[in-house]
Amino acid sequence: MNDLASALSTDLDSAFPELVDVMGSKLYWGLRRMCGDHQEAEDLTQEAFIRAYRALDGYDRNRVRELKLAPWMWTIALNLGRNHVRDRARRPTPAELEDVGDVDPEPADSVAWDTRFGLLTEHQKTSVVLRHVVGLSIGEIAEATGRPEGTVKSDIHRGLERLRQAMESET
Amino acid sequence: MSIEEQLERLAGPPPPGLTEGVALGTGLADGYDVYESPIGDVVVTFNPLGVTSVELAEEDFVSSFNERFHRPLLRAEAPRAWARHIRPALEAGRPGKVPVDLSSVTPFQQNVLLATATIPKGEVRSYSWIAAQADRPRAVRAAGSSVASNPIPLIIPCHRVVRADGHVGKYSLGGPHNKWELLEHEGANPMRLEELASDHVRVQGNRNTGVFCYPTCRAIRRTRPENLIPFRSVEDAEEAGFEACNWCKPCC
Repeated sequence: MNDLASALSTDLDSAFPELVDVMGSKLYWGLRRMCGDHQEAEDLTQEAFIRAYRALDGYDRNRVRELKLAPWMWTIALNLGRNHVRDRARRPTPAELEDVGDVDPEPADSVAWDTRFGLLTEHQKTSVVLRHVVGLSIGEIAEATGRPEGTVKSDIHRGLERLRQAMESET
Repeated sequence: MSIEEQLERLAGPPPPGLTEGVALGTGLADGYDVYESPIGDVVVTFNPLGVTSVELAEEDFVSSFNERFHRPLLRAEAPRAWARHIRPALEAGRPGKVPVDLSSVTPFQQNVLLATATIPKGEVRSYSWIAAQADRPRAVRAAGSSVASNPIPLIIPCHRVVRADGHVGKYSLGGPHNKWELLEHEGANPMRLEELASDHVRVQGNRNTGVFCYPTCRAIRRTRPENLIPFRSVEDAEEAGFEACNWCKPCC
């Protein structure tokens, strides 16, 4: 990732597709678990990369080279997700026609996981997903969410506990 | 399996089309779609800022785009905000509600092309007129080459720009026969333009109104032939006491 940041700082346009390759699936699946909707996660992922590109375009080289890309990308994605939820709450969107050409690539038990994650608080859900689905470290999560490491740890602990209970009560 | 292991397995491949969507959204790649035009099917390319080029729908259009713009080209739908205005823009020969992205050319070339975009349908202007409109009246040659390398023909109607001597001249999109066809399609009568050019007629005065125009100006097109007075230059018309038309602004 350090090499990638350095490549982005010298030639943004050539290096940017690699950032999408490296982070695309993690970003999508993390957002997919957080928001519970395929289309929304896909839109958010795309928008997060577009915002990232514009931001990188405006930063000076040294700043880009020093960036910790994973937490930085997640800061953008989480901000977008929050604004998106707020906008949606303000003005309910009219129902759109189902896009049949678009295949949802999710596994069969996805709905079950959406239900389980629905039992967690937003902070717990975000921290558990970033830690165990995306694979960020506690430090990276603290950076991306702007919350202290200790709080992140306890969010993950409590979140996992709830998920376990939910799964036990299913059987 | 532990819950942590199960969570790890929740990530899969990225959604198809993500890479393309990001490339189009950032402008790292352009999108293209095929549209009908008065001279056959054309490929219209675009980015989030606007239309970037128009090219005949021929086999090698992708490689010629890559060569000119040094960006990948992907099949895509035009941005929703103005996609439906593309077809009318091609038909009418003016941008209208379609934004154009001319960042691939120099500021002078942009001025030339924006001046070109103001020529009304069915009328023609010369390279010298265009140069004057772009505030560089003596840069006639430079204006000519800017028009010749117009990346967005049809929508920016470079087919309405003729040689300084009035002859119809060359055309980049498939050759001069397309320029003739477009002008005929718009009612500009290229055959008549060639005759006037051969007779060295640049502007025509209207005997009744005392106003002189370019031959294709809408203010003079329906004037009876017996009321038209041909002039070899704007100066000749002015010396004869005629005034320049407000619509076509004959200046050279």
